[in-house]
Parts: sequence; C-alpha cells; structure tokens
Amino acid sequence: MTMYNKSLKQLSTSLQNKDISSVELSQYFLERIKQYDGELNSVITLNEEAALLAAAQADKAIQAGGAGPLTGIPLLHKDIFCTEGLRTSCGSKMLDNFIAPYNATAVDKLSQAGTIMLGKTNMDEFAMGSSNETSFYGAVKNPWGLQTVPGGSSGGSAAAIAARLAPLASGTDTGGSIRQPAAFCGITGIKPTYGSVSRYGMIAFASSLDQAGAMAKSAEDAAYMLQAMSGFDEKDSTSVNRPVADLVSGLADSIKGLKIGLPKEFFSAELDDAVRLKVDEAIDAIKSAGAEVKEISLPNINLSVPAYYVVAPAECSANLSRFDGVRFGHRCDSPKDLEDLYTRSRGEGFGEEVKRRVMMGAYVLSAGYYDAYYKKAQQVRRLIQQDFVNAFKEVDIIASATAPSTAFTVGDKAGDPVSMYLSDIFTIGVNLAGLPGMSVPCGFVNEMPVGLQLIGNYYEESRLLNVAHQYQQLTDWHTRVPTGFEQE
Amino acid sequence: MSIQTEDVLKIAHLARLGLEQDRLAGYASDLSNIMGMVEQMNQTDTTGIEPMAHPLDQVQRLRSDRVTETDQRQVLQQNAPNTEDGLFLVPRVID
Repeated sequence: MTMYNKSLKQLSTSLQNKDISSVELSQYFLERIKQYDGELNSVITLNEEAALLAAAQADKAIQAGGAGPLTGIPLLHKDIFCTEGLRTSCGSKMLDNFIAPYNATAVDKLSQAGTIMLGKTNMDEFAMGSSNETSFYGAVKNPWGLQTVPGGSSGGSAAAIAARLAPLASGTDTGGSIRQPAAFCGITGIKPTYGSVSRYGMIAFASSLDQAGAMAKSAEDAAYMLQAMSGFDEKDSTSVNRPVADLVSGLADSIKGLKIGLPKEFFSAELDDAVRLKVDEAIDAIKSAGAEVKEISLPNINLSVPAYYVVAPAECSANLSRFDGVRFGHRCDSPKDLEDLYTRSRGEGFGEEVKRRVMMGAYVLSAGYYDAYYKKAQQVRRLIQQDFVNAFKEVDIIASATAPSTAFTVGDKAGDPVSMYLSDIFTIGVNLAGLPGMSVPCGFVNEMPVGLQLIGNYYEESRLLNVAHQYQQLTDWHTRVPTGFEQE
Repeated sequence: MSIQTEDVLKIAHLARLGLEQDRLAGYASDLSNIMGMVEQMNQTDTTGIEPMAHPLDQVQRLRSDRVTETDQRQVLQQNAPNTEDGLFLVPRVID
C-alpha cells in the first residue's frame, strides 16, 4: 500500500518496526505538501525545521521503547490554534504578524503524545465561513474538483487530509466547521461534546459554541487523535471536568440492536435528491450490521440557523473587541487619536464577512434590541436542545446528510451571505445543543464526495466512532484518493 | 427588518469598525437579508422558556485566590505594535 494511504495504526507499526523513521515520514509528507499544495492552498505556514527536530526526538523515543500510538506521526494544525514561536494568523490580516507566545492546550497535548506538527492550515477568517473563501490568504481548493470549495471553516485541514498531505489535522467546529468540510472533501471529522477539548489558546469566535476536534481519513485514526486532544484543562473555564473516555477499545464492538433516528426535518426539500440517495444507502449498510432505524422529529430544528446567526455574531462581536491595534495584531499607520486607531486598525485588519458578523452582533446586543433578538435566540436554543434531549430518549444516535449538497463552485455563494449560511442547516443545531457530531464519507455524486452525519448524545463520542468504524469496515469510501494526488 | 446606511454607520461606530464608504449600501442590504432570516424565530412562541446561555448550563468554576502565573510581560509584549518601558503606547488621549 502507498505510504500516504496507510492508517495511523499501520504508520505507527512501521515506525515501531523501524521500517521508516519519523524524520523520513515527516520529510515524505513535507514533500507531498510542496508538490501538491501550490494548487490547493491548504497550508498557510510550514514548520519544516522544527518538525524535523521534533521527528528526530520522536525517533529517539521509539528507539528507547517509549512510543505511544501517535509518536512520530506528522499532523497539521488549523491556524486558529496558538503555536509558540510560529505565526498564528487565524486566516486574517489582523493576525498576519502574530507570533503566538504560547501553545494551545490541544497543541500541547498532541505534541506530548508525540505528533509532529508540519504546519498550519488555511481557514475562513476567524473561522467565519462555510467555503474557505474568506481567508486573507486566499481560497482553498477542493482536491476532488479544483473549481469547487472545500467547505469551511476548517477547509484547509479537510483539503489537506483528502489530498493525503498529512495523516491527521486539527479542526474547530462552531456551526459545522469540521463536519461540513469533512463531507465536502470526503474525509472523516469529529466534533466532540462541548467542553471536551480545551479552548485555551484556540482563538475565540463564539465561546459557547466553539469546540475543537479531529480530522483524518478514518474513524479509527480520528479516535486516536481525539483521545489525545481531550481532557480537563484548568485554563479553560468551560472545560468539562471528567475523565477522558477510551475512544479506541470500543471501535470493534458490534452495533447490533443500535437504534438510529432519522429526523424527518433533515430529509426535506432542502436535501439534494442524489445526496439523499447516498445517505439512504449508508443507512442501509448500517442496518445490515444489525442497527434498527426509526423516524424521529426535531420540531424546532428549522430555527437553528436563525438562532445561530444571533448567538454566534453576538459572541463574536464581544470576543473580537480584543483586536484594537494596541496590544497585538494589525495597527493602522499614523492614527490621529485613539478612536481613529481603533476604527482604522479594525477596518483594515478584518475582512468583509468578519465585519458583517461583528456588526450583526453589535446590532442584536444594542440597547432596545436585546430581548427581541438575543434573549429570543437563547430561548429558541433551549427548544432545539430539548428536541435533541427528547429524541435521545428514543434512539441511540441520529443520522442525516452532513450538508444539503456536495461542494459548491468557488464564488457561487460568496456574494450571498444568507445562502452561504444555509449550507450549514444540518450541522448548526448540534453546536447550539453542545452535542458530539461527526461526518463520514458515504459515496459520491458526480465524482464529488457526500458526507453522512452521525449525532450522539452528550459524551457519547465512543459510540459515534464505533458506528462510524463499523460502517467503514463495510465500505471503502474513506480510502478513496482524488485523481491527480495518487502519485507516491 | 430593513437596515439603512445610517443604521450601518451607527452600528459600525458601536463596534469601532471603519468601513469603506462605497460598501455601506452593500452592508445595509446584507444585514437586512440576514435579519430577515433571523426573524423567522418569531414564528415560535417562547413565552416562559428559560434562555439558554450555555450548552451544558455550567456555572463558572472558581479557584483559590493565589498567584499561579509568572510575569511574562516581555514575551507577551513582543507582538505589540508599539511599547515603551513595558507600557503599550497609544495616541495621546489627554493634552
């Protein structure tokens, strides 16, 4: 088998058996990035020198017999995670010159597990976007069709995994930003329960929704990565204080008798017929492994996009007020007074979509509008959460399409924010409720990948990964490599 | 909800956000469309529903009041656009 398509377990075995060193493996993927990323634009900053030093350290650890499953495995981090001594841009001109003074906890944990950071991936500016077109560093292309978007906001990570530029990549998901690009790029991505992975050092967009997760070829690979990233962190005030679940040992469990709920609202007019067909086939495959299927209802789910576009911009406008041209980030030239310093630094540093959301947030929080919008959205948020709570009294997991269509063409929705926002209609409710969700490749429509979304109850990541892994034992969609990227 | 360019200017001032003059009408139209979508929420009666601020309904965790961080001013100020004697410099506020 080609090196780039090997599973994490296979790579780890090759490393432990000394068939290949971590330095060689890191060089191999760095070469792939250099060969292929010119057209994809999935990586903003390479970390070549430091990566090779870390790989040499990993090789020593392997030599000494102290290696874990992730020791010496190369990975990419979304450029939203602070990485000490390395530019952390968040896809924005505002932070183009920002060298993070410390590591995000997720970065530290993955590095303690022995992974080698090859670089930082492209993303929608401040994670605000569903197509990766809002990045200051230019759009990312989908390796399955270079004229189409990779999805967003973790579009760089998704495109890089799809093109096999690294075995693993981190992502963050505020309204679908791991799952939707995973679906568009034909890879596996999981967003765990809110609070599972520390938000410390992860540049904040909407703090009650932001959650980091893992992106990889398969559920098994993602399970190893997510387990290493997760865990309580004193430095994140909303980190959940409970032991890290074992996400790996249950992967092989049987799913016989598992109850899957299909929300009728997600199999509606918005869903493309051809995509629906692929999702139906995937559900049939899971049924063939012994699962039972039941139609359920999430009666308020159609209000998730409206509620989200109040809650998320409100939190974004508060979080992004820290970018004021004083302590870090872009500062305008020769400000005439303090007001001018603030307004011009922010006006020059932020792109269009970020400005729209900051304004939306400022508007819904402004005097006289708070009850009509912000409080109302928080009430709707509770209704949506209650819908999920009720559904999970009847079923073990919920399944649907991850996105209503396959990847759209670059530029297609860039001029119409509302139509862009609606590409997340199946993913946003999960963030409002704080539940774990994932996307698994389940076929192709016109040679573009389709994603199956699986949603679990709180803290049931291991069950989600179990179902996804069992599905991937029956299918090979997750092993497909886009044309043009197969050369070893 | 229709948002006019005057509203855009007011909101931009609240957010201390400089906007290009030729984009004001575009923002007004975008924000009007987004607000139109947001107002679908009004279809649902939420009387008596407790607002949900946080997915896990957590309360803020407290910690003991002791010094845990060391002084890292120099490191943290390396990203600052302009400093002097450990202070962040801004344009003169008081003459």
